[in-house]
Amino acid sequence: MKHNTRNVYLIPYVLWIVLFVVAPILLILYYSFFDIEGQWTIANYKKFFTPIYLKMTFSSFWYAFLITVFSLLIAYPTAYLLTKTKHKQLWLLLIILPTWVNLLLKVYAFLGIFGTYGLANAVLEALGVGTKQILFTDFSFVFVSVYIFIPFMVLPIFNALEELNPSLVDAARDLGASAWTTFRRVVFPLTIDGVKAGCQAVFIPALSLFMITRLIAGNRVITLGTAIEEHFLVTQDWGMGATIAVFLIIAMAIVVIITGNRK
Amino acid sequence: MKKLVQLFAAVFVTAFALMYIAFHLNKAEGYSGHHTLTIYNWGDYIDPKLIKKFEKQTGMKVIYQTFDSNEAMMAKIAQGGTTFDVAVPSEYAVSKMKEEGLLVPLDHSKLPNLKYINPRFLHLSFDPNNTYSVPYFWGTVGIVYNRDMLGGKKITSWNDLWDKDLRNQILLVDGAREVIGMGLNSLHYSLNDTNKAHLREAKRKLDTLTPNIKAIVGDEIKMLIANEEAAVGVVWSGDAAEMIAENEKLDYVVPKEGSNLWFDNMVIPKTAKNIEGAHQFINFMLDPKNAAQNAEYVGYSTPNEKALEYLPKEITDDKRFYPDFTSIGNLEVYENLGKRMLAYYNELFLEFKMHRK
Amino acid sequence: MKRKVKWDNLYLIIMFVILYTPIFYLIYYSFNSGGTMHHFQGFTLEWYKEVFQDTRLLIIVLNTFVIALLASAISTILGVMGALAIYYVKKRRMKNLLLTLNNVLIVSPDVIIGASFLILFTIIGIQLGFTSVLLSHIAFSVPIVVLMVLPKLQEMSPTLIDAARDLGANQWNVLTKVILPFITPGIFAGFFMALTYSLDDFAVTFFVTGNGFSTLSVEIYSRARQGISLSINALSTLLFLFTVLLVVGYYFISQRSSRLYGMGGRK
Repeated sequence: MKHNTRNVYLIPYVLWIVLFVVAPILLILYYSFFDIEGQWTIANYKKFFTPIYLKMTFSSFWYAFLITVFSLLIAYPTAYLLTKTKHKQLWLLLIILPTWVNLLLKVYAFLGIFGTYGLANAVLEALGVGTKQILFTDFSFVFVSVYIFIPFMVLPIFNALEELNPSLVDAARDLGASAWTTFRRVVFPLTIDGVKAGCQAVFIPALSLFMITRLIAGNRVITLGTAIEEHFLVTQDWGMGATIAVFLIIAMAIVVIITGNRK
Repeated sequence: MKKLVQLFAAVFVTAFALMYIAFHLNKAEGYSGHHTLTIYNWGDYIDPKLIKKFEKQTGMKVIYQTFDSNEAMMAKIAQGGTTFDVAVPSEYAVSKMKEEGLLVPLDHSKLPNLKYINPRFLHLSFDPNNTYSVPYFWGTVGIVYNRDMLGGKKITSWNDLWDKDLRNQILLVDGAREVIGMGLNSLHYSLNDTNKAHLREAKRKLDTLTPNIKAIVGDEIKMLIANEEAAVGVVWSGDAAEMIAENEKLDYVVPKEGSNLWFDNMVIPKTAKNIEGAHQFINFMLDPKNAAQNAEYVGYSTPNEKALEYLPKEITDDKRFYPDFTSIGNLEVYENLGKRMLAYYNELFLEFKMHRK
Repeated sequence: MKRKVKWDNLYLIIMFVILYTPIFYLIYYSFNSGGTMHHFQGFTLEWYKEVFQDTRLLIIVLNTFVIALLASAISTILGVMGALAIYYVKKRRMKNLLLTLNNVLIVSPDVIIGASFLILFTIIGIQLGFTSVLLSHIAFSVPIVVLMVLPKLQEMSPTLIDAARDLGANQWNVLTKVILPFITPGIFAGFFMALTYSLDDFAVTFFVTGNGFSTLSVEIYSRARQGISLSINALSTLLFLFTVLLVVGYYFISQRSSRLYGMGGRK
């Protein structure tokens, strides 16, 4: 019918994709077939299937998964409660505001807060729990990562909740559903698009976290991002780095297809 | 729709307003003029007053850009598209850049102040006739430790780190050569060993150190040790000097089995536009008074012999950072081991990091 | 009923406390005469003075905001077009392909994006500096805008468009009077997330910049080896306070004006 005029949106977008996505992908693919001395090889791909890289892949996925789950668990109630406040747009913006402060500075602040003599331990002492090792643990790593990704999860869920017709909730309650059932059968399914968007906006970048693994986890957590960073910069083995990137992209593609729309 | 239009209008107006202000600030500083010198250096690695002094003296405008790692800097220069006149790579980066033809040879006739550099710091293996580089700052790799936290125990060697009492008390820098080198030194091998059997032996020994290692970190190690997060750290001497300035309970030692001697050097990349100006700048920094001023600001050890006369005695008398070289054992400069061997070092290091879980 | 409200507020309050603790930590130490972020020794404003004396740093801050604002605005426009494009594509396969391509830049580590953009720019011959940084920021912000706008499009009932068409609206009107107003929250979300991506970016900017052009992120990361001086804390505090004032101020002004025009609650 009017397909031609609708495709006009495709033009600038596809142009962007070709220039800034396809070209880099081709570059990455190209480099992945060269070894460190510039010779054509598929040894990089073989190396990826060794225990050390497979372990890293699993580790990356596991932590990305954890971070996404916790972000969702914390962000959903936050978004929900925000929709109930009086100046909701304002509070929403105030939640986003901290993300504009430089990441390195915030992490340095966390190094101080979670330190042995820092604020967190001072609070624990006051509560009678005593000083604990917080830094360089899985807990602090996931905590700080979730801290950083929270706005990305809150925003789309907030938008989805805002769209929700309150009379639907009322109707469910009227029909005798408990709060939990209402949530499970009415609210959550209707906001699933927002949840999916949030999960994608968190899980996908979390796969290649690098900075935080070093700063907060003290390299106790090794992700594919760590390996890529080393190969690209330190070893100058762009070939291996590119190979890992290829697998990251494939993994992401699988995630997209699996969580795709079934409508 | 109205809100959208409002937002975008506000954004564009603000952006252009800021651009205007930035443009004027740039003009006021003289950045958009000609006769400029572009310097590519580590962050906060030069006294800003020296830059102003240089500008006043020569009338040139200095454009200053910073990087946070040798590798990133090399990648930028190699790729092209930049016009850096002076860069400050570490010694192993100098030999890599030499190999890849990224450097312009220095005209020593334009660097009369070169004579003030301590001859021990010239003609080193990474640049035998100082054809391409001039030392800027130097230091060692060693162990910083908190005297109080260790209950008065002293550390003097790499092997001391394996002490069972140091469980979970050590922070390591995130550097493959530093850590593997530490393993090699503790076995009395050279830092530049390329024998794979030796390297694997070193890695196995490092694996046994794992229970003592709290974390492997980057620049934040300074903050962490000064905050007493850990009692011991394997660090560069420059970092140690800064930490000690913050926390007097700390002490620094170069282990007796031997260690790494590092240098940061001034070079002229091949993308330089103002080679004449670059030489002037390098000569300016070699001036003893300027070198001394820089050393005081940055806090690292200067290779400039004459500059020591202008530094306060408490700095130059500090044997930890201005050691008497006869008393220190085997200090080695990192050799360029070639891409394959370096890749092997990094693979071992990556394995070591993963072993720790 | 009252009990429930208390719990709700408590949760939000805790959230805000946790979110802002690191920020206040930074602000607190920006006044520290001790020079480091532990051991508060005494109150001083010297770091703030240092900020205003460092012209190079001020120029860098301006650069950062110019890039962030322009890149976010342009990438939002591009991203909305992208979301619309994906929305209108009917075939599942094509949709998934576009989405996958869209997300490539989000999943790729910054190093790779930086390196490949650098190669791209040097091949095309674009001079490194303001232009290359701006193009790069636009490029990597588009995907997140698409991700934020797409769900709103999917929530939109297609009957809305049909109704508008029935009433005689042309293509442009459907877009500006029906679609865009509906997805506005998504557009705002995309814009703010693009701002975040741009302000925080280090690796990509580092690789594609040149000619003395630098952003705050690059400067901060470069100083990490030497130790980040508290003047950066002071600068961040100033920027933070300024943004807070801007946000709060804008909000209350727009509240007042909407009340003046009698635009009551939409829902």
